[in-house]
Amino acid sequence: MKLREVAEVTQAEVLTGRELLEREVDKGCGADLLSDVLSVVEENFLLVTGMVTLQAVRVAEVMNAAAVLIVRGKRPLEPVIAYAEEAGIPLLATQKGMFETCGLLYSRGLRPTRFRRVSEYAG
Amino acid sequence: MSPGAIADVGAVSTQIRRILRELGVEPEVVRRVGIICFEGETNIAIFTKGGRITLMVWDDRVELFFADNGPGIEDLELVRRPGYSTAPDWARELGFGAGMGIPNMEKNADTFVLRSRPGKGTAIRATVWRKGNERQGSSAGPGA
Repeated sequence: MKLREVAEVTQAEVLTGRELLEREVDKGCGADLLSDVLSVVEENFLLVTGMVTLQAVRVAEVMNAAAVLIVRGKRPLEPVIAYAEEAGIPLLATQKGMFETCGLLYSRGLRPTRFRRVSEYAG
Repeated sequence: MSPGAIADVGAVSTQIRRILRELGVEPEVVRRVGIICFEGETNIAIFTKGGRITLMVWDDRVELFFADNGPGIEDLELVRRPGYSTAPDWARELGFGAGMGIPNMEKNADTFVLRSRPGKGTAIRATVWRKGNERQGSSAGPGA
């Protein structure tokens, strides 16, 4: 689905990256733990998160995520939005919570990313 | 990195990502190096008062060196165990400290060497091969 549809389905406000809303995403990852995001094995996914820190955007950038959707009505500070804009990472923000947001997107066809399984790690 | 650098976490990774892309390094290598660097700089920011990250780009490989004068790692086997973490609450509240850092660095590197001395510091060398991408094994042992 296009980011435009992601925004419509979740009634999200587009904080930055309005010109990138035609970008296609077919996978999503819902996480507040950055190490969970860092173990995603695919690219071009939608990161659904409650984190509004600069680090969340930087993780999305390093992981080649397609966009970040912030849940539960949180709003990042202006420098975070500015950084996302410069990095070419669209930032969306919805009032809905994580569970509802992910459920809505799943029901419209967005599928989960694969993670590296914990059992794959040494230990 | 400098003291109290938690707000800057990810700054080195994203900068390195840009450098590697400009050099035309393979996207898969860029991504793996980015992940390794992100985990490494997070550890330096959480556990130490500063450290040094060195990037070396070769025709056949990319290497990352991490060095700090932090508290060191008491138990090298434990830190390689997924989920083991000694991160403080403030780091966890920021989404860090899930105990996957070292395991994720190791998993994304072809060779991974970790040396640490409690009270002295930690040094890590992580190598990602640009051709073949064959895992060369890893080692984690007491500091020399």
